[in-house]
Amino acid sequence: MSVNRAQRVDLEVVTDLIPAKSRVLDVGSGDGLLLELLQETKQVDGRGLELSQRGVNECVARGLSVIQGDADTDLKFYADKGFDFVVLSQTLQATRNPKVVLDELLRIGNRAIVSFPNFGHWRVRFSLLIKGRMPVTKHLPYSWYDTPNIHFCTIRDFVNLCEELGATVEKATALDANGQKIGLSMPWWFWNFFGQQAVFLLRR
Amino acid sequence: MAAQRAARTNDEADHPSSPVLQFGPDKPLKLDAGTLLSPFQIAYQTYGSLNDARSNAILVCHALTGDQHVANTNPVTGKPGWWEVLIGPSRIIDTNRFFVICANVIGGCLGSTGPASTNPATGKPYGLDLPIITIRDMVRAQAMLVDHFGIEKLFCVLGGSMGGMQVLEWAASYPERVFSALPIATGARHSSQNIAFHEVGRQAVMADPDWHGGKYLEFGKRPEKGLAVARMAAHITYLSEAALHRKFGRNLQDREALTFGFDADFQIESYLRHQGMTFVDRFDANSYLYLTRAMDYFDLAADHGGRLADAFAGTRTRFCLVSFTSDWLFPTEESRSIVHALNAAGASVSFVEIETDRGHDAFLLDEPELFAAINGFIGSAARARGLSL
Repeated sequence: MSVNRAQRVDLEVVTDLIPAKSRVLDVGSGDGLLLELLQETKQVDGRGLELSQRGVNECVARGLSVIQGDADTDLKFYADKGFDFVVLSQTLQATRNPKVVLDELLRIGNRAIVSFPNFGHWRVRFSLLIKGRMPVTKHLPYSWYDTPNIHFCTIRDFVNLCEELGATVEKATALDANGQKIGLSMPWWFWNFFGQQAVFLLRR
Repeated sequence: MAAQRAARTNDEADHPSSPVLQFGPDKPLKLDAGTLLSPFQIAYQTYGSLNDARSNAILVCHALTGDQHVANTNPVTGKPGWWEVLIGPSRIIDTNRFFVICANVIGGCLGSTGPASTNPATGKPYGLDLPIITIRDMVRAQAMLVDHFGIEKLFCVLGGSMGGMQVLEWAASYPERVFSALPIATGARHSSQNIAFHEVGRQAVMADPDWHGGKYLEFGKRPEKGLAVARMAAHITYLSEAALHRKFGRNLQDREALTFGFDADFQIESYLRHQGMTFVDRFDANSYLYLTRAMDYFDLAADHGGRLADAFAGTRTRFCLVSFTSDWLFPTEESRSIVHALNAAGASVSFVEIETDRGHDAFLLDEPELFAAINGFIGSAARARGLSL
């Protein structure tokens, strides 16, 4: 599934967090959109891990350094603090064991950047509360029975997990339905209600 | 015709029709077996030209029965070079842009010192008097050839199967001399099953009375039957069940019904016999013993304290590994374990598994996805190396 850049504002937020020439591991690199963006704009030394072989082959044909692998099982092969940044973008909710994966990200990278769809967004709450149906939205287009997303969380849930893992949130950004950043001055409940996606910069 | 080709093969051992570099007593080749090989020679081909910075050289490593004629008509068989689909002017590996070197391996039979070469001490072919050659010995000799060209760092080293083993050995032994490495359909060690197949081949050669304890050339003979059987068995491992079924099924060869005898009733039998027969004309039987042994002995992790990642510790080489779904000689898992080791070593690595039913030999064939991967990898490495497009 190819997604064009305009639809992925979160990628720009991620890119802004990464200084030039960093060593970056992109976990769940898809067709290489983020890695390519980072190489073009930040001249990073980028690597990728991607589950689908088709995605990997596409990335390599485009000159990106990507291998086939599973975030749930293959992160253990990476050395401690081997990267300045490890990015997990829109993938956490599709892993079998998000807690272990997040723990691995914090081990491999000096910093981890995690972006995910917020299951606490008001549209999701509305769908469950009023319609009594699992939400199907523009950002979460799957039906409950065919979704690869098996571990949804809300922004509040994620903050709790970070605390449990001893991770410090250095920066957090929530994007509303229009891809606009929600003001920093807003409280967590506001982010959790109106943020459709969240991007966290973590360290341990 | 076959006899002519065989005579030509014998000839090529000492006097190859390609350029040859001779190393005198002052430059012996240090062998893993613990002895020195001297004098010795390397037969090689080059394509394209070396740039002023000497930064555009690509070394191609050939597989078990390959040779230095990677992109020119083969002098023995008259067939196109074995990787002409990939290498040449305006090909994926463009010889207008890169300086491509391919050398016959030590232990081979097309001009680099091997068992069919004349032993200067006796004036007779080495036969089994040649020490056992390893993959590392081959690479050490290639490094001496690369020195001869004044090349400090190769832009890329690539090869499939036994060629891929050499690529891995290059990256492990000379990390600072390899900018990028492209090992295809290979492994960091030979599996038990692979050793088993090689042993069947070697026993077939040695069981042939014409082998004469390895001294057949002195008797004016060649163990053709044994070598043909070895090739037939090996050839099956280069294909896949699906590809064999697709190509041959149970089709009969030039006949309407089974003959109730041991003729080649089936097309697959006829095909294998042909593969065996054409192979013996172009390859030396002892060379086959030596090179299969070199592959069997290869175990890169064992050379580095049992931990493969240590073979690549601190490497700055860019790697791209390629495997094929139907390759049961070097299955994807072999490549994946190298990838994991490279990850642990913090290396830059890409890994592509290509879906095909053509088995191990797919690396020699026109596989668009393979070419796309090689193209992408070489292109990005060239940009990183500052080579102009």
